[in-house]
Amino acid sequence: MSAINHRYDFVYLFDVANGNPNGDPDAGNMPRLDAETGLGLVTDVCLKRKVRNFVSLVRGDGVGYRIYMAERAVLNLTNREAYAATGLASEPRKLPKKEEEARSLTKWMCDNFFDIRAFGAVMSTEVNVGQVRGPIQFTFGHSIDPIVPIEVSITRSSVTNEEDAKKNDRTMGRKHIVPYGLYRAHGFVSARLANDAKKGTGFSEDDLALFWRALGEMFDHDRSAARGEMTARRLIVFEHESDLGNAPAHKLFERVTVSRAPSSDGPPRAYSDYVVTLDEAALPAGVKVLDLI
Amino acid sequence: MIDSPKDFGLKLHVWGERALFTRPEMAVERVSYDVMTPSAARGILEAIHWKPAIRWIVDRIYVLRPIRFESIRRNEVGSKISESSVRSAMRSGQVSDLAIVVDEDRQQRAATVLRDVAYVIEAHFERAGKWGAEDSDAKHIDMARRRARSGQCFQRPCLGVREFAANFDLVEGELPPMDASMMGRRDLGFMLLDLDFAAGARPVFFRAEMVDGVINVPRMEDAGARR
Repeated sequence: MSAINHRYDFVYLFDVANGNPNGDPDAGNMPRLDAETGLGLVTDVCLKRKVRNFVSLVRGDGVGYRIYMAERAVLNLTNREAYAATGLASEPRKLPKKEEEARSLTKWMCDNFFDIRAFGAVMSTEVNVGQVRGPIQFTFGHSIDPIVPIEVSITRSSVTNEEDAKKNDRTMGRKHIVPYGLYRAHGFVSARLANDAKKGTGFSEDDLALFWRALGEMFDHDRSAARGEMTARRLIVFEHESDLGNAPAHKLFERVTVSRAPSSDGPPRAYSDYVVTLDEAALPAGVKVLDLI
Repeated sequence: MIDSPKDFGLKLHVWGERALFTRPEMAVERVSYDVMTPSAARGILEAIHWKPAIRWIVDRIYVLRPIRFESIRRNEVGSKISESSVRSAMRSGQVSDLAIVVDEDRQQRAATVLRDVAYVIEAHFERAGKWGAEDSDAKHIDMARRRARSGQCFQRPCLGVREFAANFDLVEGELPPMDASMMGRRDLGFMLLDLDFAAGARPVFFRAEMVDGVINVPRMEDAGARR
């Protein structure tokens, strides 16, 4: 499978209802907030985590679709092969002397691991080839309107240990939820980081199709008590004819506008409170719109 | 090595919602410099056009918007892929053991990042190492300008780290407007100029002073640069 030959820039819209899309470790796991604007935030790594989990779920044992940055919970779902005999002779740590040798190591890693092929990885090998940059890059997602997180106190009708049982027969906990938030994230696929003879990771058309599918379906496999209902709402991809691109990304992104629906009143509580418009008029030459969700 | 004339230069307007130009002394819980470093500016130019025949030299950085910070804490992994474990996996053909379980190798790190940034990078290129018969000054500057104008890039340039993507545009007429608060003199202290790759990627620093929003960048070999 050959590497991709087109640059892509994409706009990804997803929403959350009564859940916490991305907790902030600095704020006691409250939903992330941009303190200046009140807009909700979802980090790039949060989205990448879900892409990894999705790929691991659908291609768990597939050759070439391993996930390097594994999450225990997902690994347990996949049928792991029997642990290889431990005690492989560990050799003294030494750097590969030849650039070629180092390159063969990184190439092998790219061939076997989807996330390294897509997002890159840092390998402590020879300086110039030790760092693999993947073609896919996410930016932070932020909500269209300011969000107002709500703290919901909950009770548990049992206690953890016997000591607690003497004092109290139930414990209180708290959840933070966003009643509703529509989030917009931008992303880039730099084809040259996939197909370049020296620097390319070999990220292929098949990989890209799997990636788009992941964006569409990944929230469906990430249900938990904390998340509430998260849904991918829209994925608008700008495909450039050239691998270097045919138009500035920011001008393409400006073609996608999200505004409040005319009939909508009060705080937004559903996707129908928004209207997403895509201006397809007079697209720059060599740019094609793929409206994937 | 022949230096090419200075007019083979360009001005590039770059902007974005966030930026993180990590101070080397605060790299664990990352803290950004107040402004873009010349090294990061060079990286942006190289993301648009670069060949081994040329070397970008950043002459000036214009800071267009007020300097403001924001803190973000994220879960990160603490280790890199070790080369020896890749070797053993290659030998045994076993991929299943080769992974970092992120839950077990987790570090929470805060980053102090810049908000709403915009700069103009003024730079030119010089001939470097692999200058061949097919290279010409005009060809490289045309290629760089054409790509900058039409939004083409080898990879998406970023403002310090990859998650903070940079928008860019070639400046052909007047400079984009600068915020009035940038006027005046501001000492930014010692700042990373770039890594000296000829000397094994040794960091070189300079005393950065911003006058009316403009930072003049010394050449690496000039006295202003400290090692």
